[in-house]
Amino acid sequence: MGRKLDPTKKERRGPGRKARKQKGAETELAKFLPPVDDESGKRLSSRARKRAAKRRSESAGAPETKKLSPSPKPLTKDAVQPSGKKGLKASGLKTGSQALFVPAKGKKRPAPPHSDEEEDSEDSDSGNEGGSWPSMDSEDDDMVDDYGVASEEESDEDDEVTYILDTIYVCRTKQFSCLLVFSLCPQLLPIEKAAQKQRAQEAETLSQWSSEDTDEEEEEVEHSPQPKFKNDDEENEDLQINLDKDEKFVLPSDLQSVHQRIQDIVGVLRDFGAQREEGRSRTEYLSRLRKDLATYYSYGDFLIGKIMDIFPLSELVEFLEANEVPRPITLRTNTLKTRRRDLAQALINRGVNLDPLGKWSKTGLVVYDSSVPIGATPEYLAGHYILQGASSMLPVIALAPQEHERILDMCCAPGGKTSYIAQLMKNTGVILANDANADRLKSVVGNLHRLGVTNTIISHDDGRHFPKVVGGFDRVLLDAPCSGTGIISKDPSVKTNKDDKDIKRCAHIQKELLLSAIDSVNAASKTGGYIVYCTCSITVEENECVVEYALKKRNVRLVPTGLDFGQEGFTHFRERRFHPTLRSTRRFYPHTHNMDGFFIAKFKKFSNAIPQSKTSKKSLLIYSNSLATKL
Amino acid sequence: MRPLTEEETSTLFQKLSKYIGENIQLLVDRPDGTYCFRLHKDRVYYVRSVFVGGGQCLWEKKGCSRRGEGGLTELGSAERAPLFASLAISEKILKLAVNISRENLVSLGTCFGKFTKTQKFRLHITALDYLAPYAKHKVWVKPGAEQSFLYGNHVLKSGLGRITENTNQYQGLVVYSMADVPLGFGVAAKSTQDCRKVDPMAIVVFHQGDIGEYVRHEDTLI
Repeated sequence: MGRKLDPTKKERRGPGRKARKQKGAETELAKFLPPVDDESGKRLSSRARKRAAKRRSESAGAPETKKLSPSPKPLTKDAVQPSGKKGLKASGLKTGSQALFVPAKGKKRPAPPHSDEEEDSEDSDSGNEGGSWPSMDSEDDDMVDDYGVASEEESDEDDEVTYILDTIYVCRTKQFSCLLVFSLCPQLLPIEKAAQKQRAQEAETLSQWSSEDTDEEEEEVEHSPQPKFKNDDEENEDLQINLDKDEKFVLPSDLQSVHQRIQDIVGVLRDFGAQREEGRSRTEYLSRLRKDLATYYSYGDFLIGKIMDIFPLSELVEFLEANEVPRPITLRTNTLKTRRRDLAQALINRGVNLDPLGKWSKTGLVVYDSSVPIGATPEYLAGHYILQGASSMLPVIALAPQEHERILDMCCAPGGKTSYIAQLMKNTGVILANDANADRLKSVVGNLHRLGVTNTIISHDDGRHFPKVVGGFDRVLLDAPCSGTGIISKDPSVKTNKDDKDIKRCAHIQKELLLSAIDSVNAASKTGGYIVYCTCSITVEENECVVEYALKKRNVRLVPTGLDFGQEGFTHFRERRFHPTLRSTRRFYPHTHNMDGFFIAKFKKFSNAIPQSKTSKKSLLIYSNSLATKL
Repeated sequence: MRPLTEEETSTLFQKLSKYIGENIQLLVDRPDGTYCFRLHKDRVYYVRSVFVGGGQCLWEKKGCSRRGEGGLTELGSAERAPLFASLAISEKILKLAVNISRENLVSLGTCFGKFTKTQKFRLHITALDYLAPYAKHKVWVKPGAEQSFLYGNHVLKSGLGRITENTNQYQGLVVYSMADVPLGFGVAAKSTQDCRKVDPMAIVVFHQGDIGEYVRHEDTLI
């Protein structure tokens, strides 16, 4: 029974040849990965950070000591006298560099455990090398690589630029003190360079860390470096150059002014002829607006462009604002188990503040606030309601399922729309609820059983296989997978992680799914023959274009959705011209209807025949001709 | 997907009869259609095979063999069928389900429970909707104890609102809230008489299943 595991024969597993780090992986990866700031990689442990903070606060208290200390120049020069004896040299240098680096620390308190470690490593190194220090001096370059000193000097300088105002002073002083050392004593031992390097990094991480910390600490940090900064200034003119270079970079302007500029630009664009600045074109204004909107609302460049194409200026900002606010929580009464009035009463007794959703819905309730978790009340668990966005009820209303029909829900997870269909059919007929994602089907099973839906078969299949698996349905609901640009308030990651490819990929799948949905419908059905296509996206590529494609490819026509609100679909968009019946499709936006962005189209299939395109007919003809000649 | 065998049927019905007693017959012969049990991946599904309109006690036209579908009694469906044939609308849930391949079929109708590997039947909370109306013995819990029961705890005497008379010890129960919402299954830890005497912190109903599992165990619900 079962597998026999013999521990003695078990093969040893470890990192294989391929698991080893291969050369060039970093360079390859660098192309794909976004530029990562160096600090994240070299972050100190929490202990080390605490120590560093302590050190910092102490040094902040004692800038005077530094002033008193002798100017570092002669000291170092003295220290870096070439000598054969390693011990002398090392110690001399050490004191010199320490005095330069962290003056307060070096004099006032014993070296922190950190530097202990360094010394340890130094000792062990020297032990290993067996007194080969002089020779190492000659091989300076190699060693530098080992400790990772040489390559990182410039990169650190660059990173410095990214810091925010508070922290810049700290880093800069730290850094140029280290630069100073580098420039002053070129003959430093590699280990010491490494030590210096590490201190510089430490200071960086510290400054970064402290900026995230409380205001109090920030103040401390700010106070401490400034006197030092002045001090160094006086000391060395070379530093001035460094400073000027750093000073140049531009801080991202604050959001307030960006917001102001957005409003100004919108104002100008509305009355362009009168308000424009001479010599500035509309495109200039628009590109500025696009950049500002992307900064202010933190969108990716691609998506903000798409949104700007769809909305007129008057609506654009409203839409973006609406995406920042969550939609109200809505729930749908399960009329299979209770009535809306009873449910509302029960929930009000539990301390939920709610109202009917709208005139168009007889089952919806909108929740303003609640003293109990609305997704875990006994009523919820007993299946008296389901949490469902207002926009998710619309496709089902458009589908208008009748009792005793055969209905297919192609992409059913998490089962909200499916249960609404069952509810409208009063649990009669058959619903085939399909989804391609097995994990998401678990929630479908849970929801349908909880809500007491009994007329449903749940299947796990690719929607594109559909007319093959089973067809001949009276109605099909296709809530296609989409880029989710209508539900940015639910999932803000959409703002940045979508690009042209994603949209095109979605559109392609949607076209395939829509064709198989249309093929699964029986046009001869007495009551039905309808297909409802909906997405939670607002892009034209995923909506109007897909509908247009289906109109061309199959014997379907668009019919009114039966929803008396919502905006009409586009019949023309930029360079594209769509069929005029696309006016009967509906678009819903967060800023106009206070529900998720949604698109709904309803088709009526008028023939089961699949129209052959001209090209395929031609090729068929050629093929048959060639067959005939062969025979 | 297949009909249950004789042994499976008797195991299932033994289990169900702990909660609904002889009402089990009503479960199979319902006024709103003909229902049958189907086994799929060790789960037992309760599916309507034929829907009958009009809300009266009607039987299917041809009468698929009742025994095979787990019916306890052979009913004289042959005589009745012609009478209501015009009202009968075949709904073909089962017929549609056979189109779906075995690997792809996740669920159909309502899941009642599963057969364990030792061929015992384990009732799932999803069966509650069907069992609650026919339950022989019921227990109502007070609103304060409702939450505790829904989190998977036993019902204590202090939380006991009402209990059906003549409940024996270890009798299967359906637990209701005071608002008559079925909350789950349980087993009587004490008989009704004993319940009166025990101290408030004593357990009176052992927890077996509750509707909180819809949230707690969504992944393993069926």
